[in-house]
Amino acid sequence: MRYLPKSPSERQEMLGAVGLDSVEELFVSIPEDFRLREPLPLHRALSEPEIIEYFKARAAENAPGYTSFLGAGVYQHQRSVVTDSLVQRGEFLTSYTPYQAEISQGTLTAIFEFQTLMCQLTGQEVANASMYDGSTALTEAVLMAERLTGRHKVLVARSVHPEYRQVLATYAKNLGLEIEEIGYTASGQVDAKALTKDRLASAAALVVQSPNFFGGLENIAALAETVHREGALLVDTIAEAVSLGIVRPPAEADIVAMEGQSFGISPSYGGPFVGVVATREKFVRQMPGRLAGQTTDSNGRRGFVLTLATREQHIRREKATSNICTNEALFALVATIHLCLLGKEGIREMASQNVAKAQFACAELAKIPGVRRAFAAPFFNEFVLEFPRSVKLINAALIRDKIIGPLPLGVNYPELTKHGLVCVTETMPRGEIARLATAVRRVLETPL
Amino acid sequence: MYPADFRYTKDHEWIKVDAGVGTIGITDYAQHELGDVVFVELPKVGARIKAGESFGSVESVKAVSDIFSPVTGEITEINSVLTDAPEKINSDPHGSAWLVRIKLDNAAEANSLMDAKAYQTYVDEKAQEQSA
Amino acid sequence: MSSKSTEMEAPPTIQDAATHVSRSEGLIFERSAPGKRGMELPPLDVPAIDPAAVLGSEFVRDSVEGFPEVSEIETIRHFTRLSTWNYAIDIGMYPLGSCTMKYNPRVNEFVARLDGLAGAHPMQPAEVAQGCLRILYDLRKALLAITGMDAATLQPAAGAQGELTGLLMIRAYLASKGNARKKVLIPDSAHGTNPASVVIAGYEVQNIKSNRLGEIDTDHLRELTTEDVAALMVTNPNTLGVFEERIAEIASILHERGALLYMDGANMNALAGVARPGDFGVDVMHLNLHKTFSTPHGGGGPGAGPVLVKKALEPFLPVPVLVEKDGGRLALDSNRPQTVGRVRAYCGNFGVLLRALSYILAYGPGIRQATEDAVLNANYIRKQLEEYFDLPYSAPSMHEVVFSDARQKRNGVNTMDIAKRLIDYGFHPYTTAFPLIVPGAMMIEPTESESRVECDNFIDAMRSIAQEAETNPELVKTAPHNTRVGRLDEVAAARKPILRWKP
Repeated sequence: MRYLPKSPSERQEMLGAVGLDSVEELFVSIPEDFRLREPLPLHRALSEPEIIEYFKARAAENAPGYTSFLGAGVYQHQRSVVTDSLVQRGEFLTSYTPYQAEISQGTLTAIFEFQTLMCQLTGQEVANASMYDGSTALTEAVLMAERLTGRHKVLVARSVHPEYRQVLATYAKNLGLEIEEIGYTASGQVDAKALTKDRLASAAALVVQSPNFFGGLENIAALAETVHREGALLVDTIAEAVSLGIVRPPAEADIVAMEGQSFGISPSYGGPFVGVVATREKFVRQMPGRLAGQTTDSNGRRGFVLTLATREQHIRREKATSNICTNEALFALVATIHLCLLGKEGIREMASQNVAKAQFACAELAKIPGVRRAFAAPFFNEFVLEFPRSVKLINAALIRDKIIGPLPLGVNYPELTKHGLVCVTETMPRGEIARLATAVRRVLETPL
Repeated sequence: MYPADFRYTKDHEWIKVDAGVGTIGITDYAQHELGDVVFVELPKVGARIKAGESFGSVESVKAVSDIFSPVTGEITEINSVLTDAPEKINSDPHGSAWLVRIKLDNAAEANSLMDAKAYQTYVDEKAQEQSA
Repeated sequence: MSSKSTEMEAPPTIQDAATHVSRSEGLIFERSAPGKRGMELPPLDVPAIDPAAVLGSEFVRDSVEGFPEVSEIETIRHFTRLSTWNYAIDIGMYPLGSCTMKYNPRVNEFVARLDGLAGAHPMQPAEVAQGCLRILYDLRKALLAITGMDAATLQPAAGAQGELTGLLMIRAYLASKGNARKKVLIPDSAHGTNPASVVIAGYEVQNIKSNRLGEIDTDHLRELTTEDVAALMVTNPNTLGVFEERIAEIASILHERGALLYMDGANMNALAGVARPGDFGVDVMHLNLHKTFSTPHGGGGPGAGPVLVKKALEPFLPVPVLVEKDGGRLALDSNRPQTVGRVRAYCGNFGVLLRALSYILAYGPGIRQATEDAVLNANYIRKQLEEYFDLPYSAPSMHEVVFSDARQKRNGVNTMDIAKRLIDYGFHPYTTAFPLIVPGAMMIEPTESESRVECDNFIDAMRSIAQEAETNPELVKTAPHNTRVGRLDEVAAARKPILRWKP
């Protein structure tokens, strides 16, 4: 087998050195009844070309050559080939968590840069070395708010990503954490009127998303002022991180839980991505996840180490701030390299292009008779359209034109069955926007 | 080594009671076992604490130690100097690095704890166990 | 030197050249200068807009202060130089116990990047996602065959989340029987994620002692397993690398009292193809695909932590559940009334899952050979080092062996010192100070990826360090000596944390 570096005779010699006659004797501590007699019922071993052939066949069963207008937390953005060639260096790819600082300065330095970039983007003071993804980062942020305030209820805007809310509900169920939903207004933004004094006074935090699940921007500064008045915290979750190139950073929020997929990470059917938790310096001891910190070596040279580890499970065990161990370090590195390449001008330009393209697409689609923009809130690169018939039916027709149409919102919002979420990033050519508009127009002209 | 006017617990806290108010810290043995202290977590003034229950913690780089109260009462003062200078616990554990002051419910409660001589014997035994 | 220099009357003083920055790379921010960039975008093909006018000036920011401005070549050099400061499996042996640092096959990287897979959106309709779903289906089938379990979820993002998911399923199952119970038993040798996950699942942790052999004390287990106990979480082989020989008895003690057996599959590399947890009484388990199934650790992640269960627990799987419909079409089913809910958005770490499948396809039933080689390597190293290091538990080793620093300690040399000295010999250290039940633990897991020569070199290095600990302990205590940075001041880092760069 090509991955195994021993010849048959070497195996025999090593067995002999251990004092054994047969391989079977290596497993004597497993009770005989439980030792397998037959080979596992797996397909025969494949050579490299056969493996590639298998996966190419699977890739072809997906959506080759389709144009997709899906966003909803996973976005298609321009990436540089440089990023991928750098992260495939074995020194990054095949190293472990940097516990041995002297031979892990590469990873540690990059994490320190990642933490810095996340702070610069979010306007927060500290950011961790990564969480699994946006959905779990949000859950961890809420648990952190609970620890900080000692309150056991959380207000969650319905305009937060439905799957993020589902993950939070799963975790909250057994922890005595009560979740109260806050509706949205006609403009598709969190209903500030529902944030009564009573509700807030017993809440650990208000959780909002901006841009929210409908694509709309929330007024973070105003919401922060409202919740702080009653001693609650504001948790802002960001699923479309490129927005931070142009949208005002949520500096007034107390905890930011972000999905970093938009920073150079491919959609990959939903993962792996990179979650981030960022917060104020004074809250750092309640923060989940690893942190890299700057220090010096015995000769006074700058170096980096994992620090404040007493918060974590391997030291504090059942009293840890989180159970997370493995995080998404390699994708934090992807994001770091990508953001270095994109730079100060690039991220602003990319974000502005998203706004321009989405504005253009929204205007084009809203020209179609019977189609209208559902919410008036300013939006980044996603918007909700209301159609004269079910979005699922429209999509069924679009797919024949190799177009993956708007995300039907009815599944998670029963009041929005004729509503679809459209995403248009800087990678969407104008011609494809026109093709979508033409196709939708044609579908709607066809009688049911 | 261990001041004669202190009382000691098996968890290596010390207490010195003065007119019903106890000053609490961790012993030299405890700081030595823990290594370089990097962070101290203390309760708020006014908090009620119970004998034998944890009221805070002391952290080194790779360990956390709960601090257990030797007595029952109410916190009247905390040593805020330690927030910025936790290293004082290593350099002066029986003096300037006291942790909290507590008003005892029962002024005599600390009397049943080990005195300096008993504690010295106790830590000597510990040290022997470890080298064995 | 050419003859020219000799012709000079007075040779110029040769100055020490400053060390090239490639030996002391700074931070990317320190390389930044206004106007540089490493990536350009195609021109906008729709009318340009003024963001402040479109979004409202209250929603628009200034440019990101402090953000780097560097060119492509500078970015490449910066990260390439940083990479040279890392040790990695691709460089040499990485015997971190319990971490299973095996070879990460490159074909896995290649197939994960195929357009139709890397570009797939998790919400695209099932009719145009059959390829992704088939990969998940085939992986699930293979993992069930390897573990002997009945049903599985691939959603958890890593081992710790797998633990939590498994515990939530146990809770839901027991609750459906009328009593979710209160406690979960955890051996004192367990990984720290176990107790941390138990708490998030809403249970209390109760520790259970190991016996003299490093195995679970069944008498103690019998005592502790009351009506309040929901489950025992056991790592098997345990963190001493020892197979729990009385695993069947352990399972029946629990089952008799209505509790379940959870297995942490962190050490599955000792069992794949040799024994199946489903056969020895395990009810719920997770796997770490980034350990046993070769997906790269990437400096700390990503991972994937599938959870496998017996039939009785199937109704409680997280949603969505992958189902096969008539005609063999695959779909995701969210209509599961007894589900524990969702633990992560979308379908988990798909890119990690597909790499694991690629690994399994490469071995097929031959995965047994990898297990045999891993166990052989650990036993070979154990045999060759037994004379030099203290072996606190003498039970037979599986895929890893745990020594202690007891002998070296007499000269003031501890496990961390020996670990750091290994770096000087060109090896990554073993796992230090874990499991907690072994003072001064040295936990060595070579995996199957090491050749005999590599094992021999490691053995030589360890013997040599054992000798140094006798003859020159100071040398070991001050190691490493030939890294580009020396031992770093972790105390200063924790006392006054500097967690980001500032201009």
